[in-house]
This record gives sequence, C-alpha cells and structure tokens, in this order.
Amino acid sequence: MIADREITLTVNGERVVQRVAPRQSLIDFVRENLGLTGSHVGCEHGVCGACTIRVNGLLVRGCLTLAVQADGAEVHTIEGISDSGEIAALQAAFLERNALQCGYCTPGMLLTAADLLKENSSPSREEIRQHLSGNYCRCTGYQSIVDAVEDAARAMAGGSS
Amino acid sequence: MGTQRGTWRVCPWISGEFYRERKLKPAPFDYAKPHSAAEVFDLLEQHGDNARLLAGGQSLLAGLNMRLSTPAILIDITGLESLRGIVKSNGVLRIGALTTYAQVKASAEVARAAPMLCEVISWIAHPAIRNRGTIGGSLAYADPAAEMPACMLALDAQLEIAAKGGRRKVAAGDFFRGIFETDLKPGEMLTAIEVPVIRANYRSGFSEFSRRRGDFAMSGLAAHARFDGEVLSDVRLAYCGVDTRPVRERKAEQVLEGRSLDREVLAEVKAALAEDLDPPDDLQATGQMKLHLSQVLAERVLTVMARAEVG
Repeated sequence: MIADREITLTVNGERVVQRVAPRQSLIDFVRENLGLTGSHVGCEHGVCGACTIRVNGLLVRGCLTLAVQADGAEVHTIEGISDSGEIAALQAAFLERNALQCGYCTPGMLLTAADLLKENSSPSREEIRQHLSGNYCRCTGYQSIVDAVEDAARAMAGGSS
Repeated sequence: MGTQRGTWRVCPWISGEFYRERKLKPAPFDYAKPHSAAEVFDLLEQHGDNARLLAGGQSLLAGLNMRLSTPAILIDITGLESLRGIVKSNGVLRIGALTTYAQVKASAEVARAAPMLCEVISWIAHPAIRNRGTIGGSLAYADPAAEMPACMLALDAQLEIAAKGGRRKVAAGDFFRGIFETDLKPGEMLTAIEVPVIRANYRSGFSEFSRRRGDFAMSGLAAHARFDGEVLSDVRLAYCGVDTRPVRERKAEQVLEGRSLDREVLAEVKAALAEDLDPPDDLQATGQMKLHLSQVLAERVLTVMARAEVG
C-alpha cells in the first residue's frame, strides 16, 4: 500500500493543504480535489494542451506534472487568471472573432496566447501559430484563433490598427 | 463482431475499452524526493530496476500514463541543486542535467558558446513542455526521434555520469545504444553535459521535418563544420528519427571534407546518404520518405550554414 503525501501549495492565491496519491496528476488534483474544472483533460500524454496551467509563473502541462511535485508551488488556473482580469482583452477577442466552438481547448489556448503576448507584444501570424502549436483545436481550424490573438495584441498595444 | 474490432487492440489506448477500463492513468507508484546525490544512490541501490529517476518528466510521465512501464517508485531528482547551472571554463561549456529547455534557450552563454543548442530548442516540443523538460532527461530517456541526442553527437559532447563509487565521462557517440537504451548502468545518474565551446571558423545548424511543429521529428539534422572561406572540413552530420538511435552519417561527412558546397557536392552527399541510411517505416512516414526528407535537410542546413555571416 502506497501512502498518500501531504502537499501545501497556493492555488489562485489561496493556500491549500491536501493529501494526494503520488500518481495523481496536477490536473486531476485541481479538477477533482479542488473542483476547478476550467482546465480540461484531453490526451493525458502531453500532446493536446487542454490541461495547460501555470506553476510558479511558468506554463506547464497539467497532465505531465504530478500533484506531489507541486508541493510548495504557486499554481494558477484559468479560473484565477480569468478573475484577475489579466486576459480580459484575449477573452473579448476570442468572443468577437468566434475563436471557439465547443470550448474544450479554449482555457489552454488563452493561457498559451497570454504567455506569448507577455514576451512578444506584436507577434506575426507565423509566431502565433508556432507558439500555439502545442494546443489542439478540433473545431475552428485555428484561423479565427490566430485572428483573435492578433486583435488582442493590437488592443493591448493601445487599440491602433 | 470480435474480428472487426480486433484490429483496434493493437493500439489499446485508442480503443474505447481502454478509456473505460483503465483511462490514461499510471499504475500506482511510490515517490521520493531526496535532496542529495548520496540519498539518490541509496534509493537506487535499494530499489534497483523498480525505480526510475524523475527529472522534468515530460517523456517519462507520458509513458507512465500509457503504462509503457510501471516502476514501483519514482525518485524525483529536481531537488538536487548541484545538477543545475550553466558554466563556461577552459573552452568547455558545462550544462547541468536538470537545466530546462527554456533555460538553455534563454542563456546568453549558450548562444555564444554552442549556438546549435539555442537554435534547436524552438524545434523541441512546445512552450509548456520546454518549461519543464530537461536536457539530461531527454538524453537519459534516449528517444531515437528526440533532437537533443543528435545535437550531442554533432557537437562531440561528453556526458558526465555519477554513481556511488564516483564519476565517469562518456562520449555522446558511445552513450546511445538503441531505442530508449543508453550506456547508463544500474545505480548511475546523468549529472551534466560538456560541450566544446565553438571555435573560430566553425558553424552549426539544425532543422527537422515533423507532422506538426514541435512534434517528434520524421527526420532531423544537427550539423557542425569548419569553414575556411567556402571550404568545409571537420564535418559532423548527426540525424535523429531515422534509426534506433541518433546516428552520424560518415560517408556524407567524408564527401564534404575539403570541398565547397555546390550542386555536384550536394548530389554526392545525397547519394552517400542513400547508401548509409535505411530508415524503418513508422506511423509518421515510410522509410523511403524519411530518406528523402533527410536528403532535403542536408541541402537546406548546409546551404544555410555556408551562407552564414562569418562571426
């Protein structure tokens, strides 16, 4: 019998202390233990990007990170990042451009796009495609997502187009 | 009914049954996070084959989720600070095994001393994976389609390995043995890589073909050569994705020795590759297609290198 481990971390600014099985992934932990179901579970082997979350300020795959590895970490999920208003411009652009249909990939797309805009305030379409290449969308064909990220970059730069 | 469905069983994780019965969850394992190398070696001794070292986990955890292996315990080595850091001294660039891809890419030291390692990162996986995946993890996992092992061959890197009894170094050319197979012995841990600092007149390049940007390569080429004016020498061409391990293409290297790049030489390089390379078919491409892509890569990468401004 393998003992659960106690982990202490902050999730969206709140301190969390819980016991987890070593094999539990961080994405299952935030979804099932904490009820934060905004991040999704897709392929569970690092290919699709639906489980994208932030650990200590860095984007990671929630399915390729164990909950025990997040002991002591600062975790942000789409819920926290949405509430803080950090990605409001991206969310508005996604809505405006119809950059989602079923919405399954959207939280991961938004976090990855935000990560790009943080380091590059006016990316080319090619750069946007490259940065989002690890996030699958099976509805839109990506065109409208790239449009939305471009729009958001312009809006964040001051609205001049 | 059984016969029609039977074919799906070849690949259980894409059958409905797999998702219903097992999901993509790893078998139970224990977890330890030691804070010194001595503790790691004790744990390795204690658990033997039942233990796996966990660094960034970006390949290992995917494999565990698919239950390709079922270790009894993961030894998380990310608490070992001695396995981090990038240091240049005496003509050698030393990169700690736990250095992430993102850290390699962001390092000005790496950009100057081993530009190929900076260039290759944008071909490896995706931003979220590059934030956790480590250079040592990639080498120890030894996926034949991974980019970093081929770069180690092209750069003539030395891999530093530690065990309870001490340390040893092994040349990249002797480290990779086969699919997921390396020279690492039970009880050993990869601790750092050492790459010779790029010398004057030398240039390097990397490119690959994959189905989607960031996926494993159908074929990838890491190239390193000396240029005296237009004349090449000391050429090293290392491919990934075309064999059971990264491979140097010595015939093609020989063709280039002492010559400058032109149509005729490139045709000879391609002919040499056709003689030397015999890539197996896989899900992504037939062997023939991989050979063709490898030939195209040779032309592209070498042409870019030949045109580069002399730094």
